[in-house]
Amino acid sequence: MLYGTRLRALSIATFVTLTGGLALAFFYAPMDADQGFMQKIFYVHVPMAIVALCGFVFGGVMAIQHLRTRDSRYDLRSYVAIHLSLILGAGVLLTGAIWAKASWGHWWVWDEPTLVSFLIVFLLYATYQPMRFSIEDREKQARYASVFAITAGAFVPLNFLAVRLAQAYTHPRVFATTDGGLPARMQLPFYLCLAGMALLYVTLWRYEMTSKHTSAQLRALRRKLAGDDAVAPAGRTAAPSLPTT
Amino acid sequence: MILAQTTSALPDNTGYVAAAYLVFFGLVLIYVMIMASKLSRFERELSELNELVDRDAAGPARSGDRAPEEAGTR
Repeated sequence: MLYGTRLRALSIATFVTLTGGLALAFFYAPMDADQGFMQKIFYVHVPMAIVALCGFVFGGVMAIQHLRTRDSRYDLRSYVAIHLSLILGAGVLLTGAIWAKASWGHWWVWDEPTLVSFLIVFLLYATYQPMRFSIEDREKQARYASVFAITAGAFVPLNFLAVRLAQAYTHPRVFATTDGGLPARMQLPFYLCLAGMALLYVTLWRYEMTSKHTSAQLRALRRKLAGDDAVAPAGRTAAPSLPTT
Repeated sequence: MILAQTTSALPDNTGYVAAAYLVFFGLVLIYVMIMASKLSRFERELSELNELVDRDAAGPARSGDRAPEEAGTR
């Protein structure tokens, strides 16, 4: 079995938490008086955004570790974290656009700082893989990618600051607002959805990491058994290379 | 946030909510499908390597049988 029992337990925990959170969101959390049923988008959109941004920061932290130790495993961790956050980021933009259409009547509002700042962060990270791909030398690629991940990771908290400092209060505020923020019956489903989303991220991250390690091990094994000629050269790729010993 | 009173009316904007959740589940499903295809590729490669090991294990015995002949030809 390529994927161990710990990963299976993590997958089950993810499924249970996320399903429980979404079930509470639909059957326990009260209907919002202002937005009605469409407020249910909040339980998937906001956790996805938080986890995606935290994932970008995690990618930056792993990149720092890579530059400190020159260990390619940290580069791979950073790469996978950013890759997953980008997927979640695309989900955030799509679900946000749907919510905006339902709530404001427009798919996108350019004078909303939260939306625009998230889009900037997303587009910034969208250049990460093409940047890696453009560098042929693997060591240089890993080093430049780490510098990018650290710089961009430091930029991410600005997204939160932009939300807090924004003057135009058109974007829904749910925490630390003057009227008390999220009601208690909405908090439990929300935090459960957030935990579920974080677990989903960790689970997919671990699956992807296991997959990359397995792929590297299989190549090494094939090289040992059948010689170098049996293994096709890796060619230019954006993905980090792992030591195959 | 103000809570609505309980009502028996059908919820509004159901289509938008369904679309948002479809986006999320669709992304996860696509990712899982890609992972599943990778897993099947690994299993295929692993079985190929197993065959290679089996062939190598059978190889020395055959080459051992041939050794005297080879020695004779030299």
